[in-house]
Amino acid sequence: MATMVRQMYPEAAPAYAAQPESGPKKLSMIVFSGDMDKVMAAFIIATGAAATGMDVIMFFTFWGLNAIRTGRPTGKGLFGRMLGVMNRGGIDRIGPSRFNFGGVGRWMFKVMMRQRQVTPLPELRQMAIDLGVKLLPCGMSMDVMEIARADLIPEVTDPVGVATFIEHSQQSQTTLFI
Amino acid sequence: MSTQSLQAPALTLDLKGLLCPMPIVKIAQAIKKVNVGDMVEATATDPGVLADIPAWARTSGNEVVTLERQDKLIRFVVRRLK
Repeated sequence: MATMVRQMYPEAAPAYAAQPESGPKKLSMIVFSGDMDKVMAAFIIATGAAATGMDVIMFFTFWGLNAIRTGRPTGKGLFGRMLGVMNRGGIDRIGPSRFNFGGVGRWMFKVMMRQRQVTPLPELRQMAIDLGVKLLPCGMSMDVMEIARADLIPEVTDPVGVATFIEHSQQSQTTLFI
Repeated sequence: MSTQSLQAPALTLDLKGLLCPMPIVKIAQAIKKVNVGDMVEATATDPGVLADIPAWARTSGNEVVTLERQDKLIRFVVRRLK
C-alpha cells in the first residue's frame, strides 16, 4: 500500500512510508499498570518478541514506573513524600492486581511460581534488558509523582513523552497497552 | 526436513523444567552463537514448546528440523537460516 502511494504520488508520500518495509518487525508497549501480574505479562511478551528478533520498546507511565524503580523512597514535597512512602515501587515489591492482602498474596504467588520454576520478575526484566528491549520512562509521570532519574534503574533511557511513544508505535506492527 | 539433518548439532541445550518464555529466549540466544546452517538441539518438558518452537522459527526465519515428544520429554532441533 505504501509503495503504491509512493508510485502514484511520489511527492505526497507520508513520512512513515519512507520507513524500510523489510528489516526487523517492531513491538511497542505502554506499561501503565504497576501490578505484579500485569508487569509479568508485559515482560514475558517483551522477551518473547525480542527472542523472535523483533525490536521492542516499553513505555512505562504512571503506576508502571514502579516496575523500573530502584525501590528507594521518593518525593520532594509533602504529597510527593507521602506517595513515595505508600507507593514504594521496585520490581520485587509490587503486588498482584487481585488477592494481594497487604503483601500475603504477593508472597504466595512468588512461592507458587518458584515451585513451578517460573522465572522470577527481576530476572525476567534483566533478560529483557539483555535481549535489547528498550525501557522508556514517562517524563510527565515522573514529574507528577516526584520520581527522579536516579530513582529509576540505570538501564532505562532518558525520560520521554507521548510523541516519542507515538513515533515508535507508528513504526510498529504491534502496540499493546498493559 | 533435509538430508543435512544427519549432521551433528553445534550446540545442545537442556531446557527441562523451564517454562514460558525461557525455552524460546534460550533458543534465540543459542542460535546466535552458531553459524548460519548449523543446528541447535534441545530437550524440554514444557508442552508449550510444541506450538511455540515452530512459531518462533516462522517469525524469526529459522528452521525446525525435528520436533518430537516422548512421554513428558520433548526433543527438538532447529537450524539457523540467517
